[in-house]
Amino acid sequence: MTAVVEIVTQEQWIEVGSVSDIPKDGARVVKTPLGDIAVFRNMQDEIFALRDQCPHKGGPLSQGIIYGKTVACPLHNWNIALDTGMAVAPDEGCAASFPVRVEGETVFLSLTPNEGCPGK
Amino acid sequence: MKRMKLVMVGNGMAGVRTLEELLKIAPDLYEITVFGAEPYANYNRILLSPVLAGEQTIKDIMLNDVDWYAQNGITLHLNKKITRIDRKNRTVHAEDGTSAAYDRLILATGSNPFMLPVPGNDLQGVISFRDIHDVDAMIEASAKFKHAVVIGGGLLGLEAANGLKLRGMDVTVVHLPQSLMERQLDPTGSQMLQKSLEDKGLKFLMGKQTEQLIGKEGRVAAVRFKDGSEVPADLVVMAVGIRPNTTLAESAGIHCNRGIVVNDTMQTYDPRVYAIGECVSHRGIAYGLVAPLFEMAKVCANHLAEYGIGRYTGSVTSTKLKVTGIELFSAGDYLGGEGTDNLLLSDPKSGLYKKLVLKDNKLVGAVLYGESADGNWYFKLMREGTDVSALRNRLLFGETHLGDAGHGGQSKAAAMQDSDQVCDCNGVCKGAIVKAIVTKGLFTLDDVKAHTKAAASCGSCTGLVEQILSHTLGGEYSAPEAKPLCKCTDYTHDQVRAAIREQKLTSIPQVMSQLEWKRADGCPSCRPALNYYLISTWPREAKDDYQSRFINERAHGNIQKDGTYSVIPRLWGGSVTVDQLRTIADAAEKFKVPEVKLTGGQRIDMLGVKKEDLPEMWGFLAERGLVSGHAYGKALRTVKTCVGSDWCRFGVQDSTQMGIDLEEMTWGSWTPHKFKMAVSGCPRNCAEATIKDFGVVGIDSGWELHVGGNGGVKVRATDLLCRVATREEVLEYAAAFMQIYREEARYLERTAPWVERVGLAYIKARVVDDAEGRAAAYQRFLESQEIYKFDPWAERAKGVDKHEFTPLKVVAG
Repeated sequence: MTAVVEIVTQEQWIEVGSVSDIPKDGARVVKTPLGDIAVFRNMQDEIFALRDQCPHKGGPLSQGIIYGKTVACPLHNWNIALDTGMAVAPDEGCAASFPVRVEGETVFLSLTPNEGCPGK
Repeated sequence: MKRMKLVMVGNGMAGVRTLEELLKIAPDLYEITVFGAEPYANYNRILLSPVLAGEQTIKDIMLNDVDWYAQNGITLHLNKKITRIDRKNRTVHAEDGTSAAYDRLILATGSNPFMLPVPGNDLQGVISFRDIHDVDAMIEASAKFKHAVVIGGGLLGLEAANGLKLRGMDVTVVHLPQSLMERQLDPTGSQMLQKSLEDKGLKFLMGKQTEQLIGKEGRVAAVRFKDGSEVPADLVVMAVGIRPNTTLAESAGIHCNRGIVVNDTMQTYDPRVYAIGECVSHRGIAYGLVAPLFEMAKVCANHLAEYGIGRYTGSVTSTKLKVTGIELFSAGDYLGGEGTDNLLLSDPKSGLYKKLVLKDNKLVGAVLYGESADGNWYFKLMREGTDVSALRNRLLFGETHLGDAGHGGQSKAAAMQDSDQVCDCNGVCKGAIVKAIVTKGLFTLDDVKAHTKAAASCGSCTGLVEQILSHTLGGEYSAPEAKPLCKCTDYTHDQVRAAIREQKLTSIPQVMSQLEWKRADGCPSCRPALNYYLISTWPREAKDDYQSRFINERAHGNIQKDGTYSVIPRLWGGSVTVDQLRTIADAAEKFKVPEVKLTGGQRIDMLGVKKEDLPEMWGFLAERGLVSGHAYGKALRTVKTCVGSDWCRFGVQDSTQMGIDLEEMTWGSWTPHKFKMAVSGCPRNCAEATIKDFGVVGIDSGWELHVGGNGGVKVRATDLLCRVATREEVLEYAAAFMQIYREEARYLERTAPWVERVGLAYIKARVVDDAEGRAAAYQRFLESQEIYKFDPWAERAKGVDKHEFTPLKVVAG
């Protein structure tokens, strides 16, 4: 069972660019047939990926201000956790998060969203 | 690391707030133990009145239930009264033998109601109004008995009386002084209050001194006064005042003087022992309102967390009576005295009374009866110490401006129904706000904004929300005197700015390390503010931090709801040539712009442009001589003009050229908030210059200069600054005003609130009277412009910030 899962996920890792292509505390967009995915890099050089859609009114999260492990949506300032995609309380909702892997300088992205944000 | 032991004696609002603040900033520093004498966890004591009145339930007003303590790893001992502190061995001992050792101790023992020392005060049915137990006793008594007497006509006594009346009792309020709430109200206000409470069915016995409570079979039956008269009483509520509870501290040899004496970091004379809340005497004052207590809590938590910078320096407090249907607000020195002037508005027939006390051109006290909508505004003027001399002739009429949008004519929150909409942007009703305040334990405007979204968009209903908040919580809400810049720091905007200037800080990391920012990376509130303060203070030395700007200023366009952008080229002074029009038409066609619109500032807006297309479109415009209109920035926006003397038969000055000159001087400059100008060629003022940040009106002898106008949510007409004769003077005054605004206003503060905060007299002194200072400010403005006057669009068309406008990767389908 484990072996099967590994093969499937291996196939899904997509190379999207290098860490330095994304500014510190910034984000870039990966355009996919399933919609835009925002790839974030914070001050500590951690990389995260979320669907580029705020759970509130669909604002592009890639355009927000990033701080710590959070991004503030540019439209109405909802705060979304970069690692889980969950809105910071008291707001409620989530943006799907996607697995990312960094090898050396290269960033890989999986298009299969993490669990925990159904319907997004 | 081994955790230190923190013990808190007392489990009330101020104490638990301290723990909450502490857990936020140093969650792992202490092992915490709490002793509470009551059988309940932490509840909102100021909402006991609505519980008594039947408007809320005990369940509604719980702030932290027992689960909260467990979740945060706090050991909670309820029903255990600490009777001894052994300071030598650093241990506290409870009545039942429980003990706990401490490294740090917080005394949050609160206060005790004062019971009149008269015979019979221990009879059954004689209670105070202090905790859940008292409220239960009152509710129980109201079901069985008829006559209630409340001794004490202060805030608490009147709220108790009102609640008992609503529960069907026949209530008499006994008060020793001749007027009600004499500590919060002047005599006229008191009389009006008494009248409306009498209309609600309460009875008053003024100037009566209680001599004895007469019992019958162990229960109180009547109250007898010094003058020999008597009233029947099955229930007597004593509400004559509270005393800080210092018994425990005194027994441990800690210095007390009408409260446990603390310093500005809330430490007692034993530095391991802190004291907080109503039991405290700080600089000789004991506070009983929530806002100061929460400020203390914050300072105490900071100190416990080993951040040394926070100090509590005392508070100005305001009061609001929580009796449904009665609007009453008082703050500061409402009686006035030597050297003060009183402004009075008295209209007894419509139940309106306002008194403002001024000293040295500043507002120092206020009493509002009948309509307290402006209470928070007056309170703000008091806290900020604003020079109100220019406002004096209209100060009594309040802050409301003619033509304010979005409040539906509502100015009295108390008169609104629960189903009435308060926030028209986010569709939030009064009932939803009250419910959130009560059930979620909210205390500040920011709390309400976060939880309900009311007042979180355009802000036009902020005043109403503040009123609802203070009416629900009883005025005990009030913003701290000097609000920290954001949650990452305890320093205010002004302090941060001063540090940047005095210590010559030139980068965000430098500011954050020098001022001990609590969050390494800041937040979306502080980063743009810091970036602005840095580049406006050190235009040459500080580097503009791209990632600390809002998207509009990064992408040099206004983000629209669908994620596209708008493109608005600069049309100098609102003038446009045929070639420019053709270029705009060509650009709109070439880049398939879905909508073209004229803006309110005499520009042409191309809406719905995809981000990827922006640089190419800007390049197209730049090649044909059009530059960014900065319609997206906290920056000089537009200079609007009328046609002026070139064409107009009434025009006395060339307003169009003056507009072009002003715009050429100021474009590209960053300001705390957007900055708009207009120039009219005659006093008919067709360019509407008197609702702009800086307005110029041509007159036969020269120009009239106006400042601080605003045409948005809150319409504010400008104040007249002065008249000047020449074009050069207009430019110099405009630049100097703008530069002083840039250097001194807080980030995101428009000129209108800034002028109101510092006062027109101050602006005149700086810009008009001080010729040397004006010339210097003008010079600083021009110097900054040497760096910032450039076209950001042309740069990006040439490849600057390319990553901003291109996807990282396109994954094929």
